[in-house]
Amino acid sequence: MVELRLYIAGQTPRSAAACANLKKLCEEHLPGRYRIEVIDLLEHPQLAAGDQIVAVPTLVKKLPEPLRRVVGDLSNTERALVGLQLRPVTKKGPTP
Amino acid sequence: MTKPAMKQKTPLRTLSKAPTGIAGLDEITGGGFPRGRPTLVCGSAGCGKTLLAMEFLVRGVTQFGEPGVFMAFEETSEELTQNVRSLGYDLDDLAEQKKLAVDFVRVERNEIAETGEYDLEGLFVRLGYAIDSVGAKRVVLDTIETLFGGLSNFAVLRGELRRLFRWLKDKGVTAVITGESGDGTLTRHGLEEYVSDCVIQLDHRVTEQVSTRRLRIVKYRGTTHGTNEYPFLIDEDGISVLPVTSLGLQHEVSGERVSSGVPRLDTMLGGEGYFRGSTVLVSGTAGTGKTSLAAHFAAAACQRGERCLHLAFEESPGQLLRNMRSIGIDLEPWVKKGLLQFHASRASIHGLEKHLASIHKLVREFQPRVVIMDPVSSMVAAGTRRDVTVMLTRLIDFLKIEEITALLTNLTSGDEEPEKTDVGISSLVDTWLLLRDLELGGERNRVMYVLKSRGMAHSNQMREFLLTNRGVELQDVYIGAEGVLTGSARQAQEAKEKTAALLRQQEVEGKQGERERKREALEARVAAMRKEFEAEDEEAKRIIGQEHTSQQVVEQDREKMGRSRKSDTNETPARSRKTPGSRKRKSRASPMRRELK
Repeated sequence: MVELRLYIAGQTPRSAAACANLKKLCEEHLPGRYRIEVIDLLEHPQLAAGDQIVAVPTLVKKLPEPLRRVVGDLSNTERALVGLQLRPVTKKGPTP
Repeated sequence: MTKPAMKQKTPLRTLSKAPTGIAGLDEITGGGFPRGRPTLVCGSAGCGKTLLAMEFLVRGVTQFGEPGVFMAFEETSEELTQNVRSLGYDLDDLAEQKKLAVDFVRVERNEIAETGEYDLEGLFVRLGYAIDSVGAKRVVLDTIETLFGGLSNFAVLRGELRRLFRWLKDKGVTAVITGESGDGTLTRHGLEEYVSDCVIQLDHRVTEQVSTRRLRIVKYRGTTHGTNEYPFLIDEDGISVLPVTSLGLQHEVSGERVSSGVPRLDTMLGGEGYFRGSTVLVSGTAGTGKTSLAAHFAAAACQRGERCLHLAFEESPGQLLRNMRSIGIDLEPWVKKGLLQFHASRASIHGLEKHLASIHKLVREFQPRVVIMDPVSSMVAAGTRRDVTVMLTRLIDFLKIEEITALLTNLTSGDEEPEKTDVGISSLVDTWLLLRDLELGGERNRVMYVLKSRGMAHSNQMREFLLTNRGVELQDVYIGAEGVLTGSARQAQEAKEKTAALLRQQEVEGKQGERERKREALEARVAAMRKEFEAEDEEAKRIIGQEHTSQQVVEQDREKMGRSRKSDTNETPARSRKTPGSRKRKSRASPMRRELK
């Protein structure tokens, strides 16, 4: 089971895009074995510090270890998967 | 220190300021950082940025009732708490009181992947939450540039930072943002572009193995501020900036006089000693008795019941006490009574600013009326001459403002001109005593004179300076045809004069005796002659008596004969015979009379 937490700040177009992109990504690559929690920081600002959120949207992979963070609207699915370490890295290189 | 000056400026100021509470910084900024605006504090690694920011925040809470938020990008809350605990700040306690919030923001590039667009709303949310949770008026971001290391989209970052500072302004919080100096720029990522109200630069320089921290206000919009580089230091009480040039010459002066501890010296200084609050410089070559003179002054101060702070840079307190005891000055009772405090440290132990600050602190804590620095010349070991002069100027000003009488000793080396101090403070002191060696007759002797003493009629005489077992004694020097004589030369001269006087006296006495003897002889002779005369007189009388008797006998015989011859006259022959007898007596007395004459 992959536990994912998406942090957004308000219902902005970017938040919406991130949500949609995440759902699509999970359906495609982790069908049936994922759980998504969306946290709106404007409603729960106290939760931002716990997961070290600076940028939004931020996707945090809580489980399985290790903990990973991906910032951005997840428009690049490939990079998101690599960032979350959900796909074996074929050619490891520094993120641009 | 210059509170009056600050008060004068207040009505002119339009910009509201948030006082930092940091000693000296409020003076040079004219009241603190701009209220409700961000201030940039930049400098190289280890120059004290974080500490300055933290002190601003903690003092805001403890002194000015302004809660604060510390957003740390480099250290965790625990590390930060631990680091500032050594300065006596308990962040946990302040956090419990809901006066201070510390938030550690960790941005690790290898933990973060970026896909697509994002902004830093998360940071805003966190900051906003922290501000609201304590009702913060002050915010510190330390060091926000770390974000540039964690996130790769600089364009987004720049935009967001601009927005952040705008947002902070709108929130009305006074913010301190720290930034590390870049190569030739104030900060690596040009934060100064965004934070343009107040920029403070910290610097940590090492010159001749002595490190000095300096602070400079690069800019401060809408207000006047000190423009110099001000030395500052970090000690157990946090940061203190030493504003030099803000000190004026408006201090109160006292007409009160204090004894130097040496009665003869007081006499030389117009009969009463030094002025209270004045600065006394005692200069001289090695071993001329500077420390002893200082010890006298210390003892005199303690005797008056005043506290005295003795800053020794060359001797340990124990050594000083022992040495002074050897000349009859026992300072130990005063130390025990708490009136005399020694503070011994090598001049080279730390930089001048630290020395100055520690002296400030000692003075504030101990509240002495008298401060002794022995010797100030050793300060050269802690900085360049110019720096030492500046430092001593500041110290003297400070002591004068506090109306503390200061006695500084200065060691001049033999080849130097004595009427010059190598630390260049001679013009700052009020009374200058000069101790010198005079070489004469195979020995060195100490002499002392008052080179200057402002505001009093002081003696222009040289005095021989003797260190006896009863302390310092001043003696008149011998001034005569052979010049100034001191020591055994003076004693020899004195002995010589004594002998001459004795001889003269003896001569007079001798003359008097002779006269007496002569008179006696004369009188004896007169007596002898009188005796002789008397004897002769006696003899003459006897002869006259005899003649008289024999004449009587002759007359009687003649009478008898006449009677027997029945003569009718008996008078005429007797009268004729008397005359030759008297003539004979006269002739006998005449030689005696001649002799008497």
